[in-house]
Amino acid sequence: MEAFTAHTGIGVPLRRSNVDTDQIIPAVYLKRVTRTGFEDGLFAAWRADETFVLNDPSFSAGSVLVAGPDFGTGSSREHAVWALMNYGFRVVISSRFADIFRGNSGKQGLLTAQCSQDDVELLWKLLENDPGTSVTVDLGSRTITAGDVVASFEVDEYTRWRLLEGLDDISLTLRHEGDITAFEAERPRWRPTVTA
Amino acid sequence: MAGTLAEKVWESHVVRRGEGEPDLLYIDLHLLHEVTSPQAFDGLRLTDRRVRRTDLTLATEDHNVPTTPGPITDPVSRTQVETLRRNCDEFGVTLYPMGDAEQGIVHVVGPQLGLTQPGMTIVCGDSHTSTHGAFGALAFGIGTSEVEHVLATQTLPLKPFATMAITVEGELAEGVTAKDIVLAVIAKIGTGGGQGYVLEYRGSAIRALSMEARMTVCNMSIEAGARAGMIAPDGTTFEYLRGRDHAPTGADWDAALEAWSHLRSDDDAEFDAEVVLDAASLTPFVTWGTNPGQGAPLGTAVPDPELMPDDNDKANARRALEYMGLQAGTPLRDVHVDTVFLGSCTNGRIEDLRAAAAVLEGRQVAAGVRMLVVPGSARVRLQAESEGLDRVFTAAGAEWRLAGCSMCLGMNPDQLAPGERSASTSNRNFEGRQGKGGRTHLVSPLVAAATAVRGTLSSPSDLSDPSDPTPAPGSEETS
Repeated sequence: MEAFTAHTGIGVPLRRSNVDTDQIIPAVYLKRVTRTGFEDGLFAAWRADETFVLNDPSFSAGSVLVAGPDFGTGSSREHAVWALMNYGFRVVISSRFADIFRGNSGKQGLLTAQCSQDDVELLWKLLENDPGTSVTVDLGSRTITAGDVVASFEVDEYTRWRLLEGLDDISLTLRHEGDITAFEAERPRWRPTVTA
Repeated sequence: MAGTLAEKVWESHVVRRGEGEPDLLYIDLHLLHEVTSPQAFDGLRLTDRRVRRTDLTLATEDHNVPTTPGPITDPVSRTQVETLRRNCDEFGVTLYPMGDAEQGIVHVVGPQLGLTQPGMTIVCGDSHTSTHGAFGALAFGIGTSEVEHVLATQTLPLKPFATMAITVEGELAEGVTAKDIVLAVIAKIGTGGGQGYVLEYRGSAIRALSMEARMTVCNMSIEAGARAGMIAPDGTTFEYLRGRDHAPTGADWDAALEAWSHLRSDDDAEFDAEVVLDAASLTPFVTWGTNPGQGAPLGTAVPDPELMPDDNDKANARRALEYMGLQAGTPLRDVHVDTVFLGSCTNGRIEDLRAAAAVLEGRQVAAGVRMLVVPGSARVRLQAESEGLDRVFTAAGAEWRLAGCSMCLGMNPDQLAPGERSASTSNRNFEGRQGKGGRTHLVSPLVAAATAVRGTLSSPSDLSDPSDPTPAPGSEETS
């Protein structure tokens, strides 16, 4: 995974709450067996509406999405993260993220920056009044800077460390393979197996 | 120290605990399907890793499969299913493919085989893994990176979840089911209300539920934003498990039973949050909007967004009504549907089919309404056929299909057309979930069957006697 320290890019105001993963990428786009190419399905139903924010040329190159609360609810599909990243997003800002989506993002290097809804409102106003404004998100200092808006954000400390270092979870776990083997030796023998 | 059920299961699976790090949790059962696994197997190949415990890993084909006989015609869907077959073959994972007697929706297959047992940790790249919590297992959905992690290590690094008790005391009225309980819970706490929590459902109304009904409740925990839902195992659980293919036998059964009998929250255990519901106050519940929290009792009307105190709720409801093509104030019973879908990992089990068949017996699906009945697994289908339920459905004019996820999500040929409206026993009413532009009302199997007969959202109490052609009077539920 690529390390993430700070990112600056065009902010995109998505004035919607409860953006579920079926909206981020509808099921019909989940059929690929690769991790790439999912940008065509990103917000597919909404992009059919010409007034949708990503259809505004000022925002089409956006990389910092600023959304309403409860972003990423619903399905566990990591395709939602791939779709956002394949499109070019590096950061999603919201006042509340769904658990599985936030976990998936952390594995892929998409930063989910959680800040107050008041700060989200300030960012929305700024980005709508001045489309194309850049937003800087600094993971080291946990701050969002855009125009005259400066906001702090929360991110899980362990995820922050992994993102800053660009560490892969599986390698980290396999450092403790001995512990796993020891645990397996102690498991109750009556636990089911698929093959027995 | 006193602990909750979730904490006890968690503690018994900690492989490693380090300061400032998530716990490393052992996973007892890993379920796979074709949609969220291909990139995980690809990751293993790229890093030259193997599947650590093929004996704790099981795959089935469900999301893409057509529910009419014949091969998958969509080439992209076919590629995904073929990729799963190749991956399972290459890595030595057991797979139940289309046509196999054990094929079905992953969350129906695990429990019916007896692989889902109390006190286990169970994961799957599917948010409705919460279903398995009905047995007192800690079961939750994961993303594809985590699927790869579990394949490679049989563990997951996780921060402990908070716990929330959902206590439902009292007796359910006739015609009120597990689906109505969970829809009412979600409407009460909202789609984000369970975020970060494991929900433990308890109370006399929960204890009175069958295993199938408990699975329905736990299944939809994710729709309240929760990671998992759990119910402490009891005699109902043990009787369900006894004699199933993978249930322990002999001395192992006794040892398991002894261990399982300790799996309940201690009387003085502290939950981080608690919600209380009165079972007797519940009536059949349906959704009117585009998230599972936007629901109301069937006896009420489409709510008026302008009367909602919260600006966010107001904006959401306005959008939802526009998408759903509904007017505030319309009685929910007056809402016409085009399609009724009975099935899914929420309500595609034998008991669900029996309940709906009992309503449809001697009645007809209304003119202009199509009804799809999709068993959750090939076994459920065979069981239903041995009981003659298929003939009840087809005699009523419904379509009797093969097992799969079907119309729960628009990924296989079973989809709504744009603007088409459904009453669906599935779990999500998101925009476009059942097909682009489709409009979904989530309902129980009983409401689904009654709705099919009347053509408008209805409960069985709205139906006249099958032998009496005069319409029934309106129901008295008003709350």
